[in-house]
Amino acid sequence: MTIWWQRLRPEQIRELSLVVLIGVALLIFSSQIENFLTARTFNRIAASVAIVGMVAIGQTLVVLTRNIDLSVGSIVGFTAYFVGSQLAANNAMGAPAAVLLAIAVGGGMGLVNGVIVAYGRVPAIITTLGTLAIYRMLLINYANARTVTVDSLPAWVVELSRQTLFSIGDFAVRPLMVVTLAAVVIFQLVLIYTIFGRRLYAIGSNPEAARFAGLPAQRIVLTAFTLCGALAGLAGFLFLARFGTITAVAGQGIELESVAAVVVGGVNTFGGSGTVLGAFLGAFLIDLLGQGLLRWLGISEFWRDALLGLLILLAVASDAVILGWLRRLWQARTEVNHGN
Amino acid sequence: MATNLRRLLRWEGFLLAILALVVIVNVSRAPAYLTLANQINLFQLSIEKIIVALVMAFVIINGEIDLSVASVMGLAACLTAVLFESGMPMPLAILIALLAGVCCGAFNGFWVAYVGLPSLAVTLAGMIGFRGVARILIEDRSIGGFPEWFTTLGQQPLIGPFPLSLVLFATLFALALIILQFSGVGRLVYVVGNNAAVARYSGIDTARLKMGIFIASGLIAAMAGVLLAARLGAVRGNTAEGFELDIITIVLLGGVSIFGGVGNLVGVGLAILVILNLRNGMSLLNVTGNVQTGVIGVLLILSVLLPNLVQMARERIQRRMAERKEVHIETETSVSS
Repeated sequence: MTIWWQRLRPEQIRELSLVVLIGVALLIFSSQIENFLTARTFNRIAASVAIVGMVAIGQTLVVLTRNIDLSVGSIVGFTAYFVGSQLAANNAMGAPAAVLLAIAVGGGMGLVNGVIVAYGRVPAIITTLGTLAIYRMLLINYANARTVTVDSLPAWVVELSRQTLFSIGDFAVRPLMVVTLAAVVIFQLVLIYTIFGRRLYAIGSNPEAARFAGLPAQRIVLTAFTLCGALAGLAGFLFLARFGTITAVAGQGIELESVAAVVVGGVNTFGGSGTVLGAFLGAFLIDLLGQGLLRWLGISEFWRDALLGLLILLAVASDAVILGWLRRLWQARTEVNHGN
Repeated sequence: MATNLRRLLRWEGFLLAILALVVIVNVSRAPAYLTLANQINLFQLSIEKIIVALVMAFVIINGEIDLSVASVMGLAACLTAVLFESGMPMPLAILIALLAGVCCGAFNGFWVAYVGLPSLAVTLAGMIGFRGVARILIEDRSIGGFPEWFTTLGQQPLIGPFPLSLVLFATLFALALIILQFSGVGRLVYVVGNNAAVARYSGIDTARLKMGIFIASGLIAAMAGVLLAARLGAVRGNTAEGFELDIITIVLLGGVSIFGGVGNLVGVGLAILVILNLRNGMSLLNVTGNVQTGVIGVLLILSVLLPNLVQMARERIQRRMAERKEVHIETETSVSS
């Protein structure tokens, strides 16, 4: 005797509300702003969401286990620069090799984070604040004030961000976005259907219970951090493909943007609930609101950060309110059932 | 309690040993290092961060975190500059900047203490949002040309060879030490940090305490921001950006647990000395700023990792000894039967 909406899980409600919000925002913006619903707007949002969204997938895996990875910005920057300079030095290097290199370098950095957190029992926020500085230091020393320039890269890298795989009407679908969307689908399926995915939730909901149940908690946390690093490495490659010109400050601040996407996307910062799809939608909504509000209200670029801060707070607060409301609803329902 | 005390002594001993090592290396490299002038200079270069570290110790011992302090510093500095530029008298501009800091702290505190949101998320929003307000105010300009008394206060000695900010730091350190280690409020900070739920059921108004600490954090950060503006003589939208890393590092290196309830201001004071001397020493060795930050990042991780490794090794040894004892007892029983 349950109505369909009573069977929705909280995270599905969250995803649904994000989709509705995105729809409402699109409607308002397109009616208020001239030429908003054009291919150009879509492409601009898609290009930046492709990078932040990729990082947000990995961040979700880590946050689900009740940890956090603040070093991803430095990982994105390091891999972008490292792979860029390798490609510049060796123009013959193929795409698969470059992508694998990016994933391996990022994964290695994530592995270091994971070992320190899982086996050294150092809180994730301390570890990754430290490695945020350390990886950036490695990058600055490695870069030595030089810049990877577009001209030095093989042509196919820069082409990646301009090519159109296929277009729906005016909307061009670019390879960067396709890669990120594929990763979202894969990791969403991993979270729902694999043992590893379910264990991430188990550890985040109650680490002690998970340990008593015999889950290899350390190994799972290590895997989550390694995957997060690998995805950040892949994002670094996308960063390289999108911008072409890479300096030592590349990727700075992406750690905050990814955490923001995850939080807006409804992933609980205390672990145990949330989805990759939600985080991706969160990244999309943030960028859409950023682009739209700036143009709609006619305000300058300088308002962006203030709006983003407000948005994060609203997301967290509404989460708390919605959760409290649902809890009361369920309590009432179980009481009714007991009464019967 | 005894084990806590022993742990504390061991931790502070560890910091003292590092400090001694750093000082010895520095002195052997540069004889001028231990002069009063250099020591004052070394404090002056990071004075705003270490002032905020004092109040950050309260926040973290209380079981929360405040990532927004650097943005509050930047906001206060920008607000002072913009108000002054628009023709307001400097003292009034400073007062309004400090009030803005109180408002930022109260904003964070409200969501954390009364709504019950995680401080990591709230102050992350604050970190981005307050910085955003600063950017709206100042856009991409740089504002300088402050009155002479203001920059003089920020840069020149005030009492003897000591500048105002150093006098303020010393006063605040003494005040914080008394409040945290020797007063009833200080005990409450530890109790709430150890177990907020138990504290609440014991009748402690945990929400008011947390609110108070966040407001203090906002106020002190704003004050530090104004001091920074006075010392630098000019303000930009990215003033004090990234300072939260150094501030939190100092507190954690001082033996304060990120989970709350553990740590004291003596440790934080020693950590301040270690980090300042280490940075100064690396500067003497011509180590660049980003490598210095990296080294401090390594130190931050090691400061938690090393004690953990020692603890794990000890647990393993104890387990092995216990196993051996079990075997021993088993053989005894088998002999007696």
